[in-house]
Amino acid sequence: MKSRALVAACVLTVAALWAGVVIAANADGSGDPTAAKNQDGKYYDKQGTPTYSIKPDGTVDWYTYSGYRRYSSECLRCHGPDGAGSSYAPDLTNSLKTVSYTDFLGVVAGGKKDVNTANDLVMPSFGVDRNVMCYIDDIYIYLRARADGALGRGRPAKHEEKPTAAQKWENSCMGPA
Amino acid sequence: MRCMSLTIGTLVGAVAVLVGGFSYAQDDLAKMSQNPNQWVMPAKNYANTRYSQLKQINTSNVGKLQVAWTFSTGVLRGHEGAPLVVGDVMYLSTPFPNIVYALDLSHDGKILWKYEPKQDPSVIPVMCCDTVNRGVAYADGKIFLHQADDKLVALDAKTGKEVWTAVNGDPKRGQTGTSAPLVVKDKVLVGTSGGEFGVQCSLAAYDINSGKLAWRAYSEGPDDQILVDPEKTTQFGKPVGQNSSLKTWQGDQWKIGGGCTWGWISYDPELNLVYYGSGNPSTWNPTQRPGDNKWSMTIWARNPDTGVAKWVYQMTPHDEWDYDGVNEMILTDQRINGRERKLLTHFDRNGLGYTLDRATGELLVAAKYDPKVNWTSGVDMDKNSPNYGRPTVVQRYSTQAGGEDHNTTGICPAALGSKDEQPAAYSPETQLFYVPTNHVCMDYEPFRVSYTAGQPYVGATLSMYPPPGDSNMGNFIAWDNKTGKIVWSDPELFSVWSGALATAGGVVFYGTLEGYLKAVDAKTGKELYRFKTPSGIIGNVMTYQHAGKQYVAVLSGVGGWAGIGLAAGLTDPHAGLGAVGGYAALSNYTALGGQLTVFAVP
Ligand code: HEC
Repeated sequence: MKSRALVAACVLTVAALWAGVVIAANADGSGDPTAAKNQDGKYYDKQGTPTYSIKPDGTVDWYTYSGYRRYSSECLRCHGPDGAGSSYAPDLTNSLKTVSYTDFLGVVAGGKKDVNTANDLVMPSFGVDRNVMCYIDDIYIYLRARADGALGRGRPAKHEEKPTAAQKWENSCMGPA
Repeated sequence: MRCMSLTIGTLVGAVAVLVGGFSYAQDDLAKMSQNPNQWVMPAKNYANTRYSQLKQINTSNVGKLQVAWTFSTGVLRGHEGAPLVVGDVMYLSTPFPNIVYALDLSHDGKILWKYEPKQDPSVIPVMCCDTVNRGVAYADGKIFLHQADDKLVALDAKTGKEVWTAVNGDPKRGQTGTSAPLVVKDKVLVGTSGGEFGVQCSLAAYDINSGKLAWRAYSEGPDDQILVDPEKTTQFGKPVGQNSSLKTWQGDQWKIGGGCTWGWISYDPELNLVYYGSGNPSTWNPTQRPGDNKWSMTIWARNPDTGVAKWVYQMTPHDEWDYDGVNEMILTDQRINGRERKLLTHFDRNGLGYTLDRATGELLVAAKYDPKVNWTSGVDMDKNSPNYGRPTVVQRYSTQAGGEDHNTTGICPAALGSKDEQPAAYSPETQLFYVPTNHVCMDYEPFRVSYTAGQPYVGATLSMYPPPGDSNMGNFIAWDNKTGKIVWSDPELFSVWSGALATAGGVVFYGTLEGYLKAVDAKTGKELYRFKTPSGIIGNVMTYQHAGKQYVAVLSGVGGWAGIGLAAGLTDPHAGLGAVGGYAALSNYTALGGQLTVFAVP
């Protein structure tokens, strides 16, 4: 799990060089989200950052759909339905317009705090929580689609089949049932 | 020495100590709670009726209500609960960091003292759905505060100095404090939050003088941990038998079983029983925890001296929807079916209003208090049926039947229930209950989760929306507990998340999420007054009389689960931005900010 995040982070340092240019055009913290590669049902943009793929008929890739479910069970209680923000925590569909994939991984695994006389904002660290870390790319991909305006609110109506790679990863990461 | 600074009220108590040789704080407290000028416990009285005999403010003049004074708490998060008034002093607590203020009522709320505990901010994200605190308790010259980090603190009511501190639970294991304690005799009772973190929750009693633990009663586990006597503790009049809880869990799952106790507590001094409810079993994925999961989702009647249970009633065996059973138990003496009875009325998250005989636990009425409730066709009331007392689950709304990774749609109510913690009120004059309700339905998809201590243990995805065809997300209703019928119902745009107040003036008060304090006619529900306070109201309305004048007070400060779920509006899969009506975004109506508003008729 850890090594996976690290690999992704390395890919990203390269990607980050591009980010500055692309952000302005797309308002996506990780640059152009267009899917360039499909690896076993998981999509990556041309910088190798995980991304979504949404067909004209609204069918979403498995990871976007899975991300919706995991977001809703792990993050909704603070960030509100559909990533839209709440009285308690920021609107992530707005955050991800500037927060990059690497920063996203960093905040979710390590947490973030803003506690002073005016604020008591604490984003918990999920580094040891398998219900989050095993699906961190899924959640990222889902939120990226929401932030880009590519995906509306609510449960995606149609999705691609669960790829065997996703099942394999889930089994190895979550451990035996 | 101490006597020199005692007020008249406590002097009477002190005399009782000398005369009787031995006195309980409760004797004072019970008496004090009957004084309409004061508000000395969270729900006004031990019966939790939230009814005041004050009637200076009544149906004919409530329209002239004006703001007398206001007070900013300096804290932004959701403000639940209500202040206490003891003598000339008002006591109130805030969400994390759980500041306690003592305000001088003789001087427009001047701060007499302020107490701010030191707490590790890492407790903040362990609190499910906002850092609320539902208020403090008073007894015997002390204020009891249940902190976010699950410490219980006794403060000197005069000075705000710590008298003792007790550690009730460990936030690193997901245990936190949000509930208001209740003092019964020489003990202060306190529950635990953490149902979304796989905590084995309990109700605990501490000695009010020393802070020493007297007993702890878990919601699930072996008989000696749940303080159940297999021969004497009953459900439906029959002993529950040995291992009544253990038998209903797979393996060791009870150890992370939830059944949290973060609601309100009530007490009947004559029967010497305390009443409260236990919450959802952990996880939200029912497939992962086969069995009835006893005694989660249960109404408990316990002896406050020993903690031993007299009777139990599990309302939602093997929960499949997160219908916590923690809502308040309101104790009334009424005539039902031609017989004078001691009743307990409870509006459960599951959408059913229950009326029980509180001496025996006999079930008398179980009826839907929102007509849209659809997950059950009703409770089996046939005493000879093997399913007596069980709700009949409608198969298409069973998330267990749907199984893991299946999205069950159109379930009413949503997980937040037809009512959550926001307490109802009862007026003995109308014999009606005034109930703040949620009018929201949901889709629910359970899936597999793994347990890590101190980490969330949820296991379901939910989306929520108003019932099809309706555009209101709440109702404020009047309920007849003898017949199980709604008498009147006032629709509200948002869920009503504020505790109600009933008064002898024939007026019932409640707050709304947009921030209105509303007064309605107890008989008809007709609106008599409204005032928009600075932030959404999730606090409970209270009243007191000071220097001959009646005041009505409420905390504003939007937040809690309502602030999270409704801030951006409910999910409307068919609409784009700018959804309105039933999907309106609360953030378009109100913003954060804790404030007390005190009203009077000039
Ligand atoms: C207990 C509440 C809570 C939970 C649960 C939670 N968050 Fe947060 N999150 C916060 C708060 C509060 C902040 C703001 C922290 C700050 O400003 O210092 C935040 C900030 C963030 C940020 C940074 C946003 C920015 O604009 O910089 C990201 C990204 C984020 N959260 C993602 C997630 C994800 C993904 C999940 C679910 C796996 C999650 N959060 C679960 C409370 C929470």
